[in-house]
Amino acid sequence: MSEKDQRVKVALVSCGSEFAGVQPQLDSAAEQVNAQLIYPEMDISSLDTIEMEFGLQVASADLKLMMARAKAVVEGTAHVDGVFVTSCFRCAEAAIVRNEVRRYIHQNSEIPVISYSFTERTTAATLLTRMEALTTIARRRHLLAREKQSGITVGLDSGSTTTKAAVMRDNKLIGEGWVPTVNVIESARKAYDIALEQSGIKEEDVQAIGTTGYGRFLLGEHFNAQLVQEEITVNSKGAVYLADTQKGPATVIDIGGMDNKAISVEDGIPGMFTMGGICAGASGRFLDMTAKRLGVEITELGKLAVKGMHDKVEMNSYCIVFGIQSLVNSLAQGSAAQDVAAAACHSVVEQIFEQQLQEVEVKEPLILVGGSSLIEGVPKALGDLLKIDVVVPPHSQLIGAIGAALLASGYVEE
Amino acid sequence: MTKVFIYPTNSLILSDLIERFGHTPLAMMEGVHDKITTIGIDSPPLNITPEDPKYGLKYAAVEVPAGVRGRMSIVGPLIDKAEAAIIVDDAAISFGCMGCARTNELTKFLTRDKDIPVLELVYPYSDAEGKDFVYKIGEFLNSLPKEEQS
Repeated sequence: MSEKDQRVKVALVSCGSEFAGVQPQLDSAAEQVNAQLIYPEMDISSLDTIEMEFGLQVASADLKLMMARAKAVVEGTAHVDGVFVTSCFRCAEAAIVRNEVRRYIHQNSEIPVISYSFTERTTAATLLTRMEALTTIARRRHLLAREKQSGITVGLDSGSTTTKAAVMRDNKLIGEGWVPTVNVIESARKAYDIALEQSGIKEEDVQAIGTTGYGRFLLGEHFNAQLVQEEITVNSKGAVYLADTQKGPATVIDIGGMDNKAISVEDGIPGMFTMGGICAGASGRFLDMTAKRLGVEITELGKLAVKGMHDKVEMNSYCIVFGIQSLVNSLAQGSAAQDVAAAACHSVVEQIFEQQLQEVEVKEPLILVGGSSLIEGVPKALGDLLKIDVVVPPHSQLIGAIGAALLASGYVEE
Repeated sequence: MTKVFIYPTNSLILSDLIERFGHTPLAMMEGVHDKITTIGIDSPPLNITPEDPKYGLKYAAVEVPAGVRGRMSIVGPLIDKAEAAIIVDDAAISFGCMGCARTNELTKFLTRDKDIPVLELVYPYSDAEGKDFVYKIGEFLNSLPKEEQS
């Protein structure tokens, strides 16, 4: 039986997703990754005592049910491979319980757990990456244990803004390509060709291909890839590989063109992770727009930001539209370009801190990856905010492609 | 025969008592039954579809969580139909359970706010309280019109 044929049991710990109109989407996302959502069995009498046992008193009976089900998972009454903790977006009481339940499962078991707050508009596509990462951690631990790349492999990362390609041979990066994403397949082809040319390798000599990013399924089919994998698994693996911290804890932050990921990693295997943000204001897109408005290349924005003082400019890019308004207003009031650049970097980092790092336990080393990590102002702002050193490994912008090439080498021997 | 809304909305005991006294209970079970027996495009029929939280906007604003509005899409129409109501506060989970505290607050408010007879009781925890509880419910139900209301 192949890995994909193994049905993974995922415990659905929610306070009534079936009442919010989102249940068909949850079922659909689970089905696509060959997972089965189950409701952990627990003793009804435990609902009378769970609040005191858990130490959290709540008004909603379904939240007591969430806590009791989490306890059943931790104590092994319910046998599951992963846990999906979910509640309604905008419910404060549920958000408190969801966070504590996730922490409780993470601290008291080895079972991978993720959490998500939904609206009735949540689609299966939004849930898919999370569900795929959860099932991969449960299903492919041996693949994630790989620490060295071997043979000749290629990684293709089809991101929302840029497409990256990496050619690796015997644990070394020998070719790289980085092009803006226009057409998913054409852009990948272009990046792949650039990387092949740089490496001096012929396409027919490539032994395995791994694809990741938004366009991973399309690329996987087109290039006949051995590995098609979401970016949470691939990027966390790639980050600890590049930063040479494959053993022990690490925290990976990936600021992408459209969204961000904060991943808590242990021995190269992702544990808790969050995927945001609410708005593109917390992503590389905002920095790109800032650079354009300041009339500098995106590659120059970081150098400019390092010279500036962020607190001289009031900027909150919680919403990209409001963020741009702040940008325009500050420039109109005569703010210096370097201060605006610093404020933009600080604003993006502040949102990652407020929205995502509250849910992920930050353990050093903190590895920053993705295209935005090359904008010097970003790691500086993150380090200043968290008061720790931020590691930006070499080739951090190629993280997905390198991670995919590394993991794909697991198929060379096969 | 009076249509009597109950809280907790899925209490089998309350529902049974109302029927025994010759009235029609308006309970969650009825709302769910209607949903899963109404012919639609969902197969198998789903309790709550992504459209339902939008129907719930009649009872709660858009910033109220989807789970509350989804529940209200079933409970709200029952309150709309109600000609009388019985609310039991602080009930044991086995008596009938409403999962979401915010939905409970809104359900009780909308019921009290309606111009209909409402009996509000605290759940009994002793035999004596239990007898008094059933007696008060009986008295209330006997006071309601037995004829069909328009």
